[in-house]
Amino acid sequence: MSELKQTVKHPQAISEQEDFTVKVGLAEMLKGGAIMDVTNVEQAKIAEDAGAIAVMALERIPSDIRRDGGVARMSDPDMIRQIQAAVSIPVMAKCRIGHFAEAQILQALEVDFIDESEVLTPADEANHVAKHDYKVPFVCGATCLGEALRRIGEGAAMMRTKGEAGSGNIVEAVRHMRTIQNEMKRLTILGKEQLMSAAKDMGAPYDLVCYVAEHGKLPVPNFSAGGIATPADAALVRQLGAEAVFVGSGIFMSEDPAARAAAIVKATTYFDDPEILLQVSSGLKSGMKGLLMHDILPEDRLATRGW
Amino acid sequence: MSNVVGVLALQGAVDKHLEMLRAMDVDCRRVRFAHELDDCVALIIPGGESTTMSLLIQKFDLYGKLREFATKKPVMGVCAGAILMAEQVDDARVTPLNIMPISVMRNIYGRQVSSFSTDLHLQCDAQGLAYRAHFIRAPSIESNSEKVEVLAQYNGQAVIMRMGRHMALTFHPELTDDNRIHACWLKGFHPAFK
Repeated sequence: MSELKQTVKHPQAISEQEDFTVKVGLAEMLKGGAIMDVTNVEQAKIAEDAGAIAVMALERIPSDIRRDGGVARMSDPDMIRQIQAAVSIPVMAKCRIGHFAEAQILQALEVDFIDESEVLTPADEANHVAKHDYKVPFVCGATCLGEALRRIGEGAAMMRTKGEAGSGNIVEAVRHMRTIQNEMKRLTILGKEQLMSAAKDMGAPYDLVCYVAEHGKLPVPNFSAGGIATPADAALVRQLGAEAVFVGSGIFMSEDPAARAAAIVKATTYFDDPEILLQVSSGLKSGMKGLLMHDILPEDRLATRGW
Repeated sequence: MSNVVGVLALQGAVDKHLEMLRAMDVDCRRVRFAHELDDCVALIIPGGESTTMSLLIQKFDLYGKLREFATKKPVMGVCAGAILMAEQVDDARVTPLNIMPISVMRNIYGRQVSSFSTDLHLQCDAQGLAYRAHFIRAPSIESNSEKVEVLAQYNGQAVIMRMGRHMALTFHPELTDDNRIHACWLKGFHPAFK
């Protein structure tokens, strides 16, 4: 209904490509910022007041999903609506991998970004959502370049590392960011005649492989998520090439969320300035305890969901 | 003499402005600290989230310095940047810099599903060719001041305003390959565009 309203009000895009420009455009606006997981209005306001550029509205933060078990689904629309009413920054929400009906509902709810997320229990083990069909932009997680380009091929307007959500451990986000950066660098030194073979090996769309070979970067903003718990973590992934950060459990599992949120925001902007990083890292109360990767059973790892 | 154009880089679509300026052979730099403004002949405040950027300007001690800069040097504000340049904003979460006598309503067209692209007619383009503009969670801008001229309209509402060497616009020229908007602003002060 809302879509009808706006097509009457404004001209339509002249092509899918132009629609995509507008979707990627919103991702550009979020660069350099911190996007925070929130589960209620109070947390959403804390995030906004701390300088978050967007919030991810979800019922349970990843570390609670991990602890509680059971099937994790799209959040209650009423809860998302309350958060939309409380803050003026963009509101994102998650759908299950391949669950296009949840995506349709989130679009009807007019969330600003949909995260097709491995944090929720996948609905389809073979297929992701056909994301070009939506007016709302999508963000997806990736562990390597091939996976990132498959999601962009399906229409994702922003990528993020998967990391290991709810772990409070940065090691997987670093692995994924380094892997993606290394694979991109490699493409830039290949000969033209090698690119189809690279596309075949990566299982990635040929035109997107060619784009990366030419530009040395993804055609959409590349953010980091999964395990960021401190200002130093945010600075680390930013220096490794992340253009913005998602912070999930790291804030509201810590002792003083407002102070930690503000510190992570500042560390994200001044990610390469050690003096400022020292200043914002000082005096924070204790962070989330976190999990070692060998304490998470392989079948419990969220990053292995999706392909 | 330096002709470096700064782009405020607290967060937002900074890269795209730098890419466009470089493609136009304009020296440019990111500005995150007050002292970095000293090297700049002009400043772009890019799109992003206006509430966030306003908060960061306050928290990171840039408010006074940015206002002082604007009294002497040209500023272009895009979308969130236009909101920050205003005198009045319909949201108490934003403390605008009061660089131009305009009033702003945030997200006038709605959320991201209502973002759109359309053709504009630019007053500052002698050839009169259509300009394809992308509006993303865009605000409205209004002014009663006779010092402010309207350079383009959409649906009868101003979408580019100019006052002297300052410009405020509600859509995103940095997301296109069309540099006419940047050129129009640079013409006001940059020797290479006179």
